[in-house]
Amino acid sequence: MKLLFEESVRGHHCDVLPVCDVPLYALPEKRALPLRLPELSENEISRHYTALAQQTHGVNDGFYPLGSCTMKYNPKINEEAAAQRGFTALHPLQPEDSLQGALQVLHLAGRYLCEITGMAAMTFQPAAGAHGEFTGLLLIKAYHRARQDGKRTKIIVPDAAHGTNPASAAMAGFTVVNIPSGADGCVDIAALQAAVGEDTAGLMLTNPNTVGLFDKNILTITRIVHEAGGLCYYDGANLNAVMGIVRPGDMGFDVVHLNLHKSFSTPHGGGGPGSGPVGCKAALTPFLPGGQVVETDGRYAWKGSVQSLGRVKMFYGNFLVVVKALAYLLTLGREGIPEAAANAVLNANYMKQQLADVYPMAFSATCMHEFVMSLALLKKDTGVTALDIAKAMLDYGMHPPTMYFPLIVHEALMVEPTETESKAELDRVIAVYREIYAKALVDPAALRTMPLHTPVRRPDEVGAARQPVLRYAGGGL
Amino acid sequence: MNFPEELWYTKSHEWIRMQEDGSAQIGLTDYAQHELGDLVFVNLPAVGDVLAAGETFADVESVKAVSDVFSPVTARVAAVHEELADTPADINNAPYEAWLVRVENITAHEELLNAADYEAYTKTCTVE
Amino acid sequence: MGSYVANTTAEQQSMLSAAGFSRMEDLFADIPEAVKLKDGLALPDGKSELEVGRLLEAMAAKNTVYRTILRGAGAYYHYIPAIVKSVTGKEEFMTAYTPYQAEISQGLLQAIFEFQTMICELTGMDVANASVYDGATAAAEAAAMCRSRKKKNVVCVSETVHPQILEVIRTYCFGSDSEVILIPEQNGVTDAAALQQHLTAEASCFIVQQPNYYGNLEPAAALGQITHAAGAKYVMSINPIAAALLPTPAECGADVAVGDGQPLGLPLGMGGPYLGFMTATKAMMRQLPGRLVGETKDADGRRAYVLTLQAREQHIRREKASSNICSNQEWCALTAAVYLAAMGPNGLQETARQCTAKAHYLQQALAGVGLERKYSGEFFHEFVTHSALPAADVLQALEEKGILGGLPLSPQDILWCVTEMNTKAELDETARLVGEVGRR
Repeated sequence: MKLLFEESVRGHHCDVLPVCDVPLYALPEKRALPLRLPELSENEISRHYTALAQQTHGVNDGFYPLGSCTMKYNPKINEEAAAQRGFTALHPLQPEDSLQGALQVLHLAGRYLCEITGMAAMTFQPAAGAHGEFTGLLLIKAYHRARQDGKRTKIIVPDAAHGTNPASAAMAGFTVVNIPSGADGCVDIAALQAAVGEDTAGLMLTNPNTVGLFDKNILTITRIVHEAGGLCYYDGANLNAVMGIVRPGDMGFDVVHLNLHKSFSTPHGGGGPGSGPVGCKAALTPFLPGGQVVETDGRYAWKGSVQSLGRVKMFYGNFLVVVKALAYLLTLGREGIPEAAANAVLNANYMKQQLADVYPMAFSATCMHEFVMSLALLKKDTGVTALDIAKAMLDYGMHPPTMYFPLIVHEALMVEPTETESKAELDRVIAVYREIYAKALVDPAALRTMPLHTPVRRPDEVGAARQPVLRYAGGGL
Repeated sequence: MNFPEELWYTKSHEWIRMQEDGSAQIGLTDYAQHELGDLVFVNLPAVGDVLAAGETFADVESVKAVSDVFSPVTARVAAVHEELADTPADINNAPYEAWLVRVENITAHEELLNAADYEAYTKTCTVE
Repeated sequence: MGSYVANTTAEQQSMLSAAGFSRMEDLFADIPEAVKLKDGLALPDGKSELEVGRLLEAMAAKNTVYRTILRGAGAYYHYIPAIVKSVTGKEEFMTAYTPYQAEISQGLLQAIFEFQTMICELTGMDVANASVYDGATAAAEAAAMCRSRKKKNVVCVSETVHPQILEVIRTYCFGSDSEVILIPEQNGVTDAAALQQHLTAEASCFIVQQPNYYGNLEPAAALGQITHAAGAKYVMSINPIAAALLPTPAECGADVAVGDGQPLGLPLGMGGPYLGFMTATKAMMRQLPGRLVGETKDADGRRAYVLTLQAREQHIRREKASSNICSNQEWCALTAAVYLAAMGPNGLQETARQCTAKAHYLQQALAGVGLERKYSGEFFHEFVTHSALPAADVLQALEEKGILGGLPLSPQDILWCVTEMNTKAELDETARLVGEVGRR
């Protein structure tokens, strides 16, 4: 595929703007560098991106069981709702009276999500899950500071956690204390007990955890942290399994971030924009960034707090993404939310059971919305790795599961089918997975050369990292 | 796998080459580079930094991992092999020539193994 | 109620049996009864698509969509060519996740590579990342990039930076326990003498905005020289439309240049989603947070693109990563790239020329009816007026005619913004309406 820059022909252009109807003004200083953007007609641009789209696999193109990413179907009514001019044309600094519908969106979405999580208040400023983690940890920091409890500088993170957790804790100025997981992938209670103390600011946890299991000891875990004077942070990455069934607030968590682009069906957009709202219990509410939308007799208004920790993003976060999530929340409602969770868990357990005689499962217990397979044995016997199995799937038109995560399982593939896949599709996928495993046993060499039928084959990642080429630098302009 | 006789080794897989003038070069062993795979970048300290025995002083990156490098000695950095940042593959190709730093003022050291003991030690390291 | 579950109850039952369960509840047997929701969620029942559509239409209808917008202050009303929405509406781009599997993500990866190149061309900088959340977080991340382990890490920020960007920088610095020092302004631009005085040996960087919050043009190259002389890094936060005409950050000596990409084809959208772009000199490439797409070859020697330099990132470095960011605003970056392709070099510069021409036209017109400009230096497409006329009265008069006037900064000061969207007729009308307020 040629780059836009290689397709550029001097003089090609799109006629977009009218002639300026006021006298021009000459700025005193001008850039000396020529502005070397591509020059293309509209048809050329259109064809270019259509070709690029054809080399991109989205949820609409096929199965996408990327563990811990919840690649569920993105409903179209969400897009229509968010595309209305009554939302897209709003300047964020318009007078409050002119934004009543927008404030209602934030207020209503906040109420739904507070009920689902068992929290008292919610901010929509964070733009993504990692941004939410950072915000939630700053809340914990602000809370301890306000209580003159400055010695609480440590955040406990299980070793099975996603790398973002420790990175977020470090960004918020905490020291990270890693604790080992038990053989079942759950929190090692003795290790936790030994780790907490007067310097504990909090614990970060996902439940269901990163291996796809619900940690049964959750009430004990949160009690231990609270008794030591720390707070409990819930990473909402895996909420899809339990929304409407059990609430983080009831499990003992004080702060939670959600991923509207995972659990609440907004599209991932190739890596963003997402939305990572953060909810908290009443004791932490005064520290939330930005204000809260309050309603009085049908009128919505912003209410600030002098103790607010500040602001983590311009304006009100990724507002249009919140509109999409609200459309989803209104659609599912009281019964639809737990129904989605139950079917996500059912689909995962069904696939797991249908594959377990071939693919070794890292954990035998009932999984939640995702399960982890370990290809360590296959690698030992045939040399075929989890990567090879994943790459083979590409030739079958499906996106592979998450690879090499969690780190505590060797040669891991983590499968999250989501509730929006049908039994027929799961059965087709199961047959492909079994076929690939059988092929690995008889012809391991063939597996290592796959994929064969994708737009490009395995790229040289070592070369890319050793001699980084991060921009087009050739001629053609 | 290669274990030159004239070098000393650590259990964290660094080698150290003592020079006659009292300084020493430090690098990664053949075993280490083999385990790490194709290296794509090296983060090195600065001249004048003081390294502490057993503490990390550099890290090396492969495509999907980063690994700390630990100092066998307490000493001051006298020279840094800057070219390695552009040619990290040298560590894979010639680990005992691709020194990371040269240190002087050595005041303490970690437990150091001779070539035979280190070779025996690598056999006990489980490969996953 | 609405649902996106495909399977019928009968299909669900057969799957349950196959997996060794009898009832749906059995799937959640590991959850202690004590924590389970007893009576379900206290939420309304689910709704049909038609009902949801109507509800959200009603909410959208409650908002005022102004026919004329003369307000900027970080969110800019520009024309979005039709091709932009056509391309970004493609579901492959919309519904994909991060391009971890390069073989089936070449389209997305190439689009990011093209975006990175365009941002480099716009800024003159050596490298650009795949984008971050917005311009404010980009500025905060830029400050983090400049942190040095040999300094105390004082972050110096000009008082003329957008107050919300400053607030985000302060919040990030609350996280990293860094100190923020404000460099005062004089006549609406950074006070160079004060900068010289405040840049101590502990300062890791100085952050300036170009054009600044008041729309004024900063002496960017001179500020860069002062910053470098003090041994600190120079960070510029720029407007990408203005960048088409102004000296580039590279020419001004910036080590890091960032900005909000919203003006490049993204709607105002009540403030988001937007995107932050981040660029740096080659020397600081490895400090850039977030995703980077690089060119390489595939197994058959064909050109291919991959996510690269990943060992800098949180999923590998964990608590030692310089940032926790996992994603980018890819769909917004795609939007910006299509916008830049559609406008081309001449279209982008024409947009910038019209913005500044129309802003100067309105400024003159307002001066004629009693709204004098507050500062005397050069400006791009925003300017501040000062007047004895109460700002509230002026804005109210415009509001009544469907015009969103400038942003009130004080009871007497208004920050105006004019873009290519505003016609001469609108600007004349605005001046006339303001004149009427003066004569009341």
